[in-house]
Amino acid sequence: MAEETQAIDPDGDPYWAGAAEGELHYRKCAACDAAIFYPRSICPKCGATDPAWAVSKGEGVVYACTTVHRAPPAFADNAPYTVLLVDIDEGFRMMGGLANNGEGVADIAIGDRVAVTFQDGPDGRPAPYFTPA
Amino acid sequence: MDFRPHLAIIPLSRVPKSMPKHRGRDLSLKKACAIAGVAESRLGVVPDSTVLTLQAEAFAAALTDAGLEKSDVDGVLVSGAWGRLPQLQICEYLGIQPKYADSTSVGGASFEFHLGHAAAAIQAGLCKVAVILYGSTQRSKQDKYIFQIRNDLGYQYEAPYGLPTPVGAYALAASRHFAEYGTTSEQLADLAVSTRAWAGLNPRAYRREPLTRDEVLESGLIASPLHRLDCCLFTDGGGAVVVVSPDVARTLDKPPVWLLGQGESLSHAQISEMPDLTITPAAESGKRAFAMAGVTHDRIDVTGIYDSFTITVLLTLESLGFCKPGEGGAFLENGRTGPGGEFPLNTNGGGLSYCHPGQYGIFLIIEAVRQLRGECDERQVADAVMALISGTGGVLSSNSTCILGLE
Ligand SMILES: [Zn+2]
Repeated sequence: MAEETQAIDPDGDPYWAGAAEGELHYRKCAACDAAIFYPRSICPKCGATDPAWAVSKGEGVVYACTTVHRAPPAFADNAPYTVLLVDIDEGFRMMGGLANNGEGVADIAIGDRVAVTFQDGPDGRPAPYFTPA
Repeated sequence: MDFRPHLAIIPLSRVPKSMPKHRGRDLSLKKACAIAGVAESRLGVVPDSTVLTLQAEAFAAALTDAGLEKSDVDGVLVSGAWGRLPQLQICEYLGIQPKYADSTSVGGASFEFHLGHAAAAIQAGLCKVAVILYGSTQRSKQDKYIFQIRNDLGYQYEAPYGLPTPVGAYALAASRHFAEYGTTSEQLADLAVSTRAWAGLNPRAYRREPLTRDEVLESGLIASPLHRLDCCLFTDGGGAVVVVSPDVARTLDKPPVWLLGQGESLSHAQISEMPDLTITPAAESGKRAFAMAGVTHDRIDVTGIYDSFTITVLLTLESLGFCKPGEGGAFLENGRTGPGGEFPLNTNGGGLSYCHPGQYGIFLIIEAVRQLRGECDERQVADAVMALISGTGGVLSSNSTCILGLE
């Protein structure tokens, strides 16, 4: 029997497992109360280790956005498409795409309320995207 | 009765902001070193070259410019993502076994970091003649190593969304500045136009034909709001800078260009981690550089600001305090930074029009030295005695700012 090794990422694996269940997971520092994203094993604010996992409601405000016209080769078929930075209500910022390649969305702008939704990313696993709230 | 002498407690905010002292000596790099020689390799499209030959070309020319020999070199500072162990490979190729080696690699700003690190090493007596080196054949060999898309570690959370690196990150920052302050594409275009006008005066520049605001605005969106001509060139090229101790500097023919102040700062690796997209790490490093030099903005005669994108310059100028937050757009309008303007900026034509071989920061040093020596012919800024250069690396991730002067 061939021996198989699977690379384990204790930061990323629970996050992607959450996404597969339609949940946006982040971490929360018990010592200083910081919301931590991306998830990591040490609090980037105070240095406390092993912060707890938490589930976000997935709502927030667009902090920055760009529409990509000249896309990297793997994404060329989708261009133009929009990439967002979203300030999530629980107190962290994350990157996301506009859901369904922006279909049915007339316009999205900085300051707009958005909500998370999960759809398959380019590698086939579910990833968080956003729609106007 | 208590006759103990009264011990006044001085709040920290009232402690004088002088440089910290160590054994009675100022812990400052002010005039700890001078730049004695600078040179580029061939630039633009150089198919008959490798990263090694380009660096050798610049190295030999910079030593000649300094009036020094290879055997004088006892320190080497390099950055580059080529090869397996670039610093070992280039030192071997040139036949140098340096006593002091630094390969701080934080993107295009690395060389401004190197200048500070060389000064510190020289001041500590670790070396006397240090060479900063860079070379890239990214254009001819289509090496995309610098911005290879990574999908692991921290990047896995951005990877699904197809943000082109680095332009998409700068576009996000521009979108935020536009929304907060009403900055416009026209204002960014004016910087590209002014920079091209300088390139027209520099025989070494890659793009020299005049440019108009409309041509920038009509050059096509790459990632909104940035157009193709808001983006730097993609060229080959190399550079070398010879940094020497004050006692060596005084023995040489050309006037030494002194390091008067340097500051550096790291902020983040990926754009979603940048705390405020309108404030770059230049805010921290600039403060440190000005404090070390002991000068104010009005003393700067000529400025070199890393121009990977037009927005990089706007954000850096604001963060350095040349104008207030939100005023950067107006600051760049109507040729203010071009030839004959009141704020001579990127007088070689910059990364936008002169050359940009992946990590541009070494060329900021080269041009500032030439301006201060009065070697810039048609594009010479009259009576320039003090220069500021500010390198930005990654996606507004790192910054080192240096103040250079003749005295
Ligand atoms: Zn904490």
